[in-house]
Amino acid sequence: MTQRGRNLLLLAPAGAWFLVMLVIPLAVVIIFSFGERGPAGGYVPAFTLEQYANLPARWAAFKNTLMLAPAGTLASLLIAYPLAYYLAVRADPRWKTVLLVLVIVPFWTSILIRSYAWIFLLGGRGIPALLDLIGIDNVRLINTPFAVLIGIVYGYLPLMVFPIFVNLDRLDKRLLEASADLGASPWRTFLQVTLPMSLPGIATGCLLVFILLMGEFLIPAILGGGKVFFVGNALVDLFLQSRNWAFGSAVAATLVLLMLVSVTAYMRLIRRLGAQREDVALM
Amino acid sequence: MTKDKDYISKRAFMEELDRYRRGSVTRRHFLGVTGLGTATAVLAASVPALRPRRSWAQGNIGDRVVLATWPNYHDPANFEAFTAATGAAVDMNVFGSNEEMLAKLQAGGSGWDVFVPTNYTITTYVGESLIEPLDLARIPNYDAAAFDPRFAGPGTVDGTVYAVPKNWGTTGFAVNTANLGGLPKPTTWKEFWDITRDAFSGRTMVHDYQLTTIGNALKYFGYSFNSVDTAELAEAEKLLLDAKPHLFAINSDYQPSMRSGDAWMTICWTGDGKQMNRDMPEIEYVLGKEGGELWSDFYAIPKGAPHLDAAYALIDFLLDPAVNAKESLFHGYPTPDKRVDALMPAEVLNDPILYPAAELLDALEFGAAVTLTDPNRAELMARFKSA
Repeated sequence: MTQRGRNLLLLAPAGAWFLVMLVIPLAVVIIFSFGERGPAGGYVPAFTLEQYANLPARWAAFKNTLMLAPAGTLASLLIAYPLAYYLAVRADPRWKTVLLVLVIVPFWTSILIRSYAWIFLLGGRGIPALLDLIGIDNVRLINTPFAVLIGIVYGYLPLMVFPIFVNLDRLDKRLLEASADLGASPWRTFLQVTLPMSLPGIATGCLLVFILLMGEFLIPAILGGGKVFFVGNALVDLFLQSRNWAFGSAVAATLVLLMLVSVTAYMRLIRRLGAQREDVALM
Repeated sequence: MTKDKDYISKRAFMEELDRYRRGSVTRRHFLGVTGLGTATAVLAASVPALRPRRSWAQGNIGDRVVLATWPNYHDPANFEAFTAATGAAVDMNVFGSNEEMLAKLQAGGSGWDVFVPTNYTITTYVGESLIEPLDLARIPNYDAAAFDPRFAGPGTVDGTVYAVPKNWGTTGFAVNTANLGGLPKPTTWKEFWDITRDAFSGRTMVHDYQLTTIGNALKYFGYSFNSVDTAELAEAEKLLLDAKPHLFAINSDYQPSMRSGDAWMTICWTGDGKQMNRDMPEIEYVLGKEGGELWSDFYAIPKGAPHLDAAYALIDFLLDPAVNAKESLFHGYPTPDKRVDALMPAEVLNDPILYPAAELLDALEFGAAVTLTDPNRAELMARFKSA
């Protein structure tokens, strides 16, 4: 077998998967998005831009997603970074593995069940009842954007911790010593050595979390009480409730386009950051 | 047959039972070797009520039947009995709305054998060729004369029976009277929406279902629950958008929040109202004086059901009045079957939640097919949710 033949064979399973599970469904979505809703719902072939013209009707869903996805990513980053830093740099090596396993443990239970648990924690008999004890009364947490944000950070934190951890773990500690020897304060060492060296991990973690959040629907449905509405929720409703497949496809295609644009812009930004610092290889 | 024994020792019986449980012997082997099969047959033949009905007790109906239904709507013990009698396990899929059920069937390949459509969906299923006409000869437990025609009627379209009645009920609201704080108990939809935007701000739930949520917003103005008039819908939308900031949630799974005390009032179906009231008497079920919805649910078979024999067997089993009465006592929804009513305790038949006063009942309307499929109502609900 030629080298070329072997290469093709190696790529065949992934290629077939890619074609059947991504390319074909995406093509169907795009075709449907130019169609019309059938009288009892579903799809009727047509060629119209009507569905795209109707997109402003879901403006609130796009707005919520475009605000809460970056906010959730940022909040995850702010919580994950110190944790990853501690695990990689500070933690006693004997305990490192145990601590890492503890970060993964929540993944052993379905996200649906873990999100449900938050209903009770954030509900009237949970955290608000505790706050009431110390005199802060009438706090409403469940079914608010804040509850959704908590669910997001809780659900996706490990996805942010791991890339940053792997990055920091590989950090050559001699660089930190060199920085200290040259008279830099610990804070300055962090800002000028550790942080830039961990940028690839941050970039990867943010990308992972952001992409998943853009398509999120479960957490807003459970912790938002149907009042915090993401594009994902709009899609579920369009396909399962109002059965407007044509409009649903237009919303889906727009979401994919938005993600392509934002991820491309993000990659460019990261690459430019990397190019400015020739001493650090990024991505 | 010299070794033929006329009894089996306790120990040998337990050993066989263990083998059967582990799955190492078949049910037939178990029933044969323990003598239970013969015993059941003898017993059944001598006690008419226990005689297996033809269709659900007949030979090989396969090892499973897939049922698409609503939450809290079946007694699991009945399914266990069905499996024990027929060998077919009931695989249950629970849904949140008729629209979702319709969407799954329209998409195709649902794999369902039996589903539970509500009255107003059946003509749509017939129109879309998604539903199988029923062969009533295979449902001997269905006795048309025993069913209230008001609730059984929608199962027949153009003279063909497509669905047989399961339960009926109403859509009202449940209110936790302990939170009223001196206010009189609301009795109308007008009060429901007014209290929501005032004393109960942040404490009311509405269904994540356009039919009931929009329908009961229309009742605020005294319009028909089924209105598809654009001007009337516009008024309902204005009310819904005005109420939205005051809602606790838009969710059809309201029991957990009502029971925990997070929510104080919710749009509510009969059975949920009964279940909550049974455990917490302060949660009362109210039918709005202006009216609202009266509905009936059916058993039906979708086109292309993979286990057709098992589907008929399950429907027939569930319509057995003794089984149906157990179902009804479990979930709290009345049946339109006189034979079942005869088996129900008097306190159930006199329960005002299950059997509302005639003047309240007369004000109610059946949902119409167009109410479910009207694109404007669907889009209104979407605007309300995403606002």
